[in-house]
Amino acid sequence: MIQTDILIIGAGPTGLFTVFEAGLLKLKCHLIDALPQPGGQCSELYSKKPIYDIPAYPEILAGDLTQKLLEQGKQFKPGFTLGERAETIVKQEDGTFVVTTNKGTIHRAPVVAIAGGLGSFEPRKPPLKNIEKYEEKGVAYFIKDPEIYRNKKVVIAGGGDSALDWSIFLSKIGSEVTLIHRRNEFRGALDSIEKVKELKQAGKINLITPAEVTEVFGEDKLKAVAVIKQGKKQLIETQHFIPLFGLLPKLGPLASWGMEIEKNALKVSTLDYQTAIPGIFAIGDVNTYPGKLKLILCGFHEATLMCQAAYKIINPGKKYVLKYTTVSGINGFDGTKKQAPKAVVQAIN
Amino acid sequence: MTAVKLFIKDRKGQTHHVEAPTDMAMNLMEVCKAYDLPVEGICGGMAMCASCQCYIHSETRLPKMQEDEEAMLAEAFHVKTNSRLGCQIPITSDLNGLEIELAPE
Repeated sequence: MIQTDILIIGAGPTGLFTVFEAGLLKLKCHLIDALPQPGGQCSELYSKKPIYDIPAYPEILAGDLTQKLLEQGKQFKPGFTLGERAETIVKQEDGTFVVTTNKGTIHRAPVVAIAGGLGSFEPRKPPLKNIEKYEEKGVAYFIKDPEIYRNKKVVIAGGGDSALDWSIFLSKIGSEVTLIHRRNEFRGALDSIEKVKELKQAGKINLITPAEVTEVFGEDKLKAVAVIKQGKKQLIETQHFIPLFGLLPKLGPLASWGMEIEKNALKVSTLDYQTAIPGIFAIGDVNTYPGKLKLILCGFHEATLMCQAAYKIINPGKKYVLKYTTVSGINGFDGTKKQAPKAVVQAIN
Repeated sequence: MTAVKLFIKDRKGQTHHVEAPTDMAMNLMEVCKAYDLPVEGICGGMAMCASCQCYIHSETRLPKMQEDEEAMLAEAFHVKTNSRLGCQIPITSDLNGLEIELAPE
């Protein structure tokens, strides 16, 4: 079991900055995120896009902001459970919370901070009739273990990097790889596009564009997909169909944790960003209150105030006095110390 | 302030008559959100999520589709020949009388 002071759900910018603010109060953090990397939307949706309203950064790429936040919090040694979605929360008799992920990892903390943005990122599923019937039986929306495709027929649909990259990879181990996209143009890294072209010429990838998978067929397992290219329908026999149409955030299991929800967001008190359940806070894009603005900089503010309330829960009766980092410096949990250099006083003879 | 009239059919089939200012640098997705219509606008207007996809029902002159909008629509679902992303359509006086329908989620 992973034990920490503040369990943060969501490793986007707000969650990452919480690590720093909590660290100043000597509180340790652990973060859970459904994505395999930290950064949330900043890394998943728009890592190469600039942000212009981060204080003191006239312009910063979303991916760079993530890196800077990780660097700023590093000395407070945050723990990470990545690629897992927080599924259930149970309040214990001693007042702490136990949060379990979809993969069974158990976490325990006296304070939970939900910094889940718009929710956990989940694959976008194409609206094809009966597709659910073949999920885990030939249809998969992401690739967990590429080995299962060895010497198998695979159909991949999509026009982005993951569709291109997996087509390239699976062309080496699969018996027949078909890539289907609605347009002739792909939105991906240039060298991946070139590689797919080469593999097509070499007969290693069966590229069908502009085309669309319109039906899935099978019995107990997937057997074929129907593809329509310029009005003509063809059946492709396949054991696997992998639609890769990107990820979209869904509030998901959080919605059933018993907190008050308004417009897909968790209602909080603006005193400390606590939800109606004492000890569970919601900060950043996931919360709502009168006057709420979904901005990264507002998430930073909310995280800072939330940590003060968390301190009071974790250290009942203790007084906290605000200290400035310039005056007090920073004592990392890793033994590092940062401090402003003392002014040099020297007499002029 | 100058404003244009828009007709927005929601997913239940109800048409909303809304007025949108032309001088506030808004786009169609933002207008829908401002009027509490069920448009998520998850990516904030970067043509990266298609949650503001709509079907254009009038002959209104619209700005030409850019590469990123085309690419997103090529990966979105429920796409028709009259599909557009609301976030890529700025509110200008050309839009007066525009009729749209929100695409399924």
